Amino acid sequence: MASTTLNPPPAPVSGGPRSAPRRTRARAGEATAAAWMISPALALFLVFLIVPIVLAFALAFTNARLISPNPPEFTGLDNFALLVTDPVFWASVRNTFYFAVVVVPVQAGLALLLAVLVNAKVRGTRFFRTVYFLPVVTSMVVVSLLWRFMYEDDGLINKLLQALTLGRFTPVDWLNDPDWALPAIMLMSVWQGVGFTMIIWLAGLQTIPAELYEASELDGAGTWQQFRYVTWPGLLQTRTFILVTITIAAFSLFTQISVMTQGGPLDSTTTVVYQAVRSGYEQLQTGYASAISLVFFLMVLTVSLVQRRLSRERG
Amino acid sequence: MSAMTSSSTHTHTHTRRGRTHAVLVTAVRSVLVLFFALPIVFMLMSSLKPDQQIFADLGSWRAFLPVGEISAANYAGVFDRVPFARFLLNSVVISGLTVALGILVNSMAAFALARLRWRGRGLVLGLVLATLIVPFETLALPLLWWVNKLPSFEADGFTLAFKQGWLDTYQVQIVPFVANAFALYLFYQYFDSIPRELDEAARIDGAGWFAIYRRVVMPLSGPAIATVAILTFLPAWNSYLWPLMVVQSEELRPVMIGLQYFFQLDTSWGQVMAYSSLITIPVVALFLAFQRSFINSIASSGVKG
Repeated sequence: MASTTLNPPPAPVSGGPRSAPRRTRARAGEATAAAWMISPALALFLVFLIVPIVLAFALAFTNARLISPNPPEFTGLDNFALLVTDPVFWASVRNTFYFAVVVVPVQAGLALLLAVLVNAKVRGTRFFRTVYFLPVVTSMVVVSLLWRFMYEDDGLINKLLQALTLGRFTPVDWLNDPDWALPAIMLMSVWQGVGFTMIIWLAGLQTIPAELYEASELDGAGTWQQFRYVTWPGLLQTRTFILVTITIAAFSLFTQISVMTQGGPLDSTTTVVYQAVRSGYEQLQTGYASAISLVFFLMVLTVSLVQRRLSRERG
Repeated sequence: MSAMTSSSTHTHTHTRRGRTHAVLVTAVRSVLVLFFALPIVFMLMSSLKPDQQIFADLGSWRAFLPVGEISAANYAGVFDRVPFARFLLNSVVISGLTVALGILVNSMAAFALARLRWRGRGLVLGLVLATLIVPFETLALPLLWWVNKLPSFEADGFTLAFKQGWLDTYQVQIVPFVANAFALYLFYQYFDSIPRELDEAARIDGAGWFAIYRRVVMPLSGPAIATVAILTFLPAWNSYLWPLMVVQSEELRPVMIGLQYFFQLDTSWGQVMAYSSLITIPVVALFLAFQRSFINSIASSGVKG
């Protein structure tokens, strides 16, 4: 109303019977405008997000093939029956969990250490932050190739370890050793992703008021006590977000496997997503791949719901 | 007197503690710098050396230094082996259009959700946010089957020919990634924080809703636009699984797929490193130029989570 007096509209507002239909017309205009503005996004979501989600569910119960003259036929639970008897699928589930169980805490912990280090009021912060972040802007394909080269039998890592131990280190053929291949990929994945997580921790650290640190210092708290009683509780929201996002990313492990090991040696690095792509794309079995995707989706959903519940209870 | 002494000793220990603290922090930071920087330095240095020398240098610090036979021969080899300019152009077009269309489509939708009142908007917003936990990898295969069924038109001289399937086109690398729930949400949050009095004032001046979007809200949303641009550019530029599945023709391939060319016949690691450097340097340059925006955009993605 204040703005009406400052900037009078052409027609005088007389109140009473005229303003009510005017407002409804304005409301209708608002809804029409909203419909126009939101429809491009909704149409795209429908075609490229909702339809594929529905298809992932529907095709999982058919024998659909990527290139086939025949329409898909309903085959019930056949794909799932095949899935549970496939030892490679179970290996892929095991590897996916192994990868996530190691990478999630290691990446979150190292990222928190980096964030605390970068947040310390010591000169050079910008330089260090930039360097820690560089692997993030390097594509995962490039990173995977680079590390594949470094992990070779007579590659950089073995040669450096030998030089540093004066020849006492026995070279390991990292990516061709079933015990070492997945851990080697874990190390590389943490190296690439930790800078991203560091920035999210940093944003969380900067929301903690400086007065809390000053007050705890006056109370004589040491560095560790400050971290335990000020920093850690202050990061509750950030923690949940980081946990959920790294877990989903870890479960989705694909590029590294595709570039570095193709699932080998002896299926020791195959993952659920890699299996889905292998059967759906290389073997053209869309139905079977959709069944794997569906199981994967349920895995991610369960884990993120459990994580949310747990962090809510603790908080 | 005694009070003064005690306070001065306190400051003394405090600064000494502060100095050891600073030394410790710098030491740990520096060790970590080696861990993060050395692989990238190794890539850049190897791109300048012939293969024989790369292998000879592996066991010493020479691997990280531009010493020995330094030349641009690997880079010349890259240009002989792959149509690099074409791949680069494709990647620029694909990621550029994905980012530009994404900013337009997602910001308009976010405007409708954040600033216009209509029935069901809470439901629509909730549904959009729910899709955030679906990783693209789960949808890639059903989506591949589906885009192969979509109708498409092919320009053949002056006539448009109907063709089934989107495989092997530019649009299949762009259109599915334009609408983005995460980008929409970032815009929504930002628009929600802009005072609504601005809309009312513009309404009274006779502006329509689209004009308010274009002339009032968008010009105030620079940081949100930068955030969305960066967070949608990186996956578009780095995209690998999707183009691997949907593109066959050489002239439609983005830069990441070009890496495969180096493993077909005799692999020259020097050339692999040169090509890797070529496709990494533009992104690193963008990062260094817009570092503040990069950092802020990632930070803003997490805080509200």
